[in-house]
Amino acid sequence: MTQQYEFKAKWLPYLLVLPQMVIVFVFFFWPSLQGVWQSFFLQDPFGGRVIFVGLENYTRLFTEPSYAYGESFRISIAFAAAVAMLSMVVALFLATQANKTMMIWPYAVATMVAGVLWLFLFNPNVGVIAWAMKHKLGIEWNHLLDSNQAFLLVTLAASWKQISYNFVFFLAGLQSVPNDLVEAAAIDGAGPTRRFWTIIFPLLSPTTFYLLVMNLVYGFFETFPIIHQVTAGGPGKATSILVYKVWRDGVVNLDLGGSSAQSVILMIMVIGLTVIQFRFIERRVHY
Amino acid sequence: MTEHNTVQRVLPHVFLIVAMVILLFPIWIVFIASTHTNAEILSAPMPLAPGSHFLENYSRAILEGNKNLGTSALTMLKNSLIMALGISIGKIVISLLAAFAIVFFNFKLRKFCFWAIFITLMLPVEVRIMPTYKVVSDLGLLNTYAGLILPMVVSATAVFLFRQFFMTVPREIAEASQIDGASPMQFFWRILLPMTRTPISAMFVIQFIYGWNQYLWPLLITTKQEYYTILIGINRMLSGADVLVEWQIVMATTLLALLPPALVVVVMQKQFIAGMTDREK
Repeated sequence: MTQQYEFKAKWLPYLLVLPQMVIVFVFFFWPSLQGVWQSFFLQDPFGGRVIFVGLENYTRLFTEPSYAYGESFRISIAFAAAVAMLSMVVALFLATQANKTMMIWPYAVATMVAGVLWLFLFNPNVGVIAWAMKHKLGIEWNHLLDSNQAFLLVTLAASWKQISYNFVFFLAGLQSVPNDLVEAAAIDGAGPTRRFWTIIFPLLSPTTFYLLVMNLVYGFFETFPIIHQVTAGGPGKATSILVYKVWRDGVVNLDLGGSSAQSVILMIMVIGLTVIQFRFIERRVHY
Repeated sequence: MTEHNTVQRVLPHVFLIVAMVILLFPIWIVFIASTHTNAEILSAPMPLAPGSHFLENYSRAILEGNKNLGTSALTMLKNSLIMALGISIGKIVISLLAAFAIVFFNFKLRKFCFWAIFITLMLPVEVRIMPTYKVVSDLGLLNTYAGLILPMVVSATAVFLFRQFFMTVPREIAEASQIDGASPMQFFWRILLPMTRTPISAMFVIQFIYGWNQYLWPLLITTKQEYYTILIGINRMLSGADVLVEWQIVMATTLLALLPPALVVVVMQKQFIAGMTDREK
């Protein structure tokens, strides 16, 4: 970049970055730092007293049974993994079978709307599928009472929404697999399944890895609307994923210190995932 | 295609149809429900063919809304549109300016600005929701469009896309424009912007959908009906006992909420795919 021509102006560049920097500082750095700061204090909900408690908000998360933080962690991991697996397997399968871009529009459906769609299908009183399961299969469906069913329902809704995103990337990935390699393998007598696993799938691994990270991020952080709309974290705490818990403890239970401590833990997790992703992308540039 | 026998040729079409059914079925059911009366929906099993109350349900949803909601789909669609356009256009404008400065100018704080913007990529609003709420509330922006839009404009995705694109622009063009006596801003307006049309429209599609589909943030800061976005309205309509929900109105509203972003994707499909798969680079 050093040899490149650059404009010389004293104030203009600062003026140009100013709007972005103001927004970034007011709505990103200030709140983020405030969140970290708050996580060291105990605050009564009405803004009266504030007591410095050090790391107590953090230790409370893991020691106080009423938080069930470990449990929420476990649920989030299971949920994100289930969503990533289901939506990626379906998307990859579809991408290998049907290279049509007409399947991308569900990407435009809001996560919250995906929740409403599946809620309506499985609603114990009016849902078509709930009715069919009860009367045709003899399965009593009530995700408000059965925690496994609740988990399954939010997983289905979240995966359904994510299939088209994965589909687009897998399709792009598949199109970059050189056709002559596949044909050469076919001439050597490898059947479609063998060709897929020994040639196409390994060549797709950069796409697969990228999508895995993106889907885990989606499962962890972007599925709040589905949980909030479909199960409200219930029954009990069966679908109370970490992001939902931050919101619930902060907004509903007004435990600002505890909620901030959870936010900080989430921030560290996202940074970790982002670093993994960037290191990986860097490597791929050389590859 | 390497395969030549009939089964292997027909099979993909079968899968495609199955996939379309899986993807479309939930939306089809919503459409069906939006054409029936609430009594018909509640009488299990719900009918699976369209009913005759299409106009009635949609006109009620659009003009009056659910009972007890206190606002109509028309108002909520307007709010969603303002939010989506505000976020997408706002983000594009400030990102273009910032990327222009970072790529084409040499200034002292350039590295610092770059990293300050870069780091925002890492933290989605979901994980700093409470402190952001407090900042917006301190600024007196609860229940305002500015409060809905500004915190969502933060993320750096657009700056990066434009920065990447600007770096591919040959510098000789900038130098030549300078020799011809154009100011940097004239270069930006007359030469750079027209060249950036494709990345801008790709960014617009993605950010419009992102803005339209925001849920957690408006849920937190809109407490007055006149600022409800359409997704928040749907949530409020559903937050009663099942038997009290007016399903036909909720389903009509859901379909209305789903149409604008889906339409944007279908109409701008090419830019959308380019924008989406470019983001990873």
